Amino acid sequence: MKPPPFDYQRADSVEMAVAALARAGSDAKIIAGGQSLVPMLNFRLLRPSLLIDINRIAGLSFIEDDGDGLRIGALARHRHLEVSPLIARFFPGVAEAMSHVAHLAIRNRGTIGGSLSHADPAAELPMLAMLLDAELVIASPRGRRTAQAGTFFLGALTTDLAEDELLTEVRLPKLPAGSGWGFAEVARRHGDFALAAVAATLSCDGDGAVATARIAMTGVGDTPLRAREAEALLLGRAVGPSGLAAVAEAVRTAAAPATDLHASADYRRHLVSVLAQRAVAAAWQRAQEASP
Amino acid sequence: MSLARPVKITVNGTLYERVVEPRLLLVDFLRHTLGLTGTHVGCEHGVCGACTVIVDSDSMRACLLFAVQLDGCHVETVEGLGSLKVLSALQEAFHEHHALQCGFCTPGMLMTTVDLLRKRPLASDAEIRDGLSGNLCRCTGYQHIVDAVRAVVAKQRETDA
Repeated sequence: MKPPPFDYQRADSVEMAVAALARAGSDAKIIAGGQSLVPMLNFRLLRPSLLIDINRIAGLSFIEDDGDGLRIGALARHRHLEVSPLIARFFPGVAEAMSHVAHLAIRNRGTIGGSLSHADPAAELPMLAMLLDAELVIASPRGRRTAQAGTFFLGALTTDLAEDELLTEVRLPKLPAGSGWGFAEVARRHGDFALAAVAATLSCDGDGAVATARIAMTGVGDTPLRAREAEALLLGRAVGPSGLAAVAEAVRTAAAPATDLHASADYRRHLVSVLAQRAVAAAWQRAQEASP
Repeated sequence: MSLARPVKITVNGTLYERVVEPRLLLVDFLRHTLGLTGTHVGCEHGVCGACTVIVDSDSMRACLLFAVQLDGCHVETVEGLGSLKVLSALQEAFHEHHALQCGFCTPGMLMTTVDLLRKRPLASDAEIRDGLSGNLCRCTGYQHIVDAVRAVVAKQRETDA
């Protein structure tokens, strides 16, 4: 189908974009990459009266090292994350996960800010933001605030963003030295949304035990989830078969999947427990290789 | 109230000045406004890849962009590749290797491959398959398409040697 009529405004600055949002109220939508928004318009699931296009805002697609973390502009495309040397160096798991996001032509256009603001419950970037304790810089006519990824995702396609707010920047705090990562996903076809996916990052202390552990999952709830109990189970010892089995059980319990036409809740619960073991095992392997 | 506004978009090297409604998709701008029907419309939600074109040097879905967004941009479509008499090397390879049957997906396959090979002229088999994974073909089973792209890469490798 074709989209319903709407008005269009090109914003040349963040200030202009949020002013236009505030003026238009709940009836306006920001368009960044549009790779989720335009299908919804074409299906007429949305009928905004105004699209505010932020693609031409200069200086919003950066990826920069600020010493303790990477700062990523909201307009950085999936493809930028996939090929960025800084991402490859500090967050190689993010680069790998990007190759699972749709296909090249979509990744050339889709943005990190758009993906996080859209908050699809089976998308990779919201899960990675949860995993990496991302800090989200949000602009509005009242100024700027910083939100934590952990409290940003409220439900399927629902975030903490107010009607006049725009996500402008994502900051990823660097991981402890010697961290390893793992990423595992199952989708019906390569590039489809995940039936389930898990990302993990572990670091190893001097005695060969787990010093820090983080596990996040997507496709198994209304929002991406952190598997806090599973994380706690891993601390203070080496990862072995019994540890992985305990992680699988904890993740299975923490997941809250739904049944839809792609997969049953039971199957997704099974998938996430298997994928968690794979992601944690890979992260541990890499953490050991990285530890001095 | 008319929402329409003027845009200047360069397609295959020719500058077009037109007045468009904001909701006009790029693919409909190409096909209906400009009469360039080489770009095909399949699913209209970014899944099938039939409408893939190149915008400012990156392949994109023409069904997921609005013409109004592309004021000042450069678009390349299948019409820019070769002519009916003289095919481009890639089109020639598709012909040679039977990489199309009904031809519906072919413009998208070609433009996706053009983008892939500009960035990775010596693309590996895995890169070719991954690069084409976002384009659906219901006729060929893909093998002949991969063969065609592989042949272009092989020729490039010979040229480099």
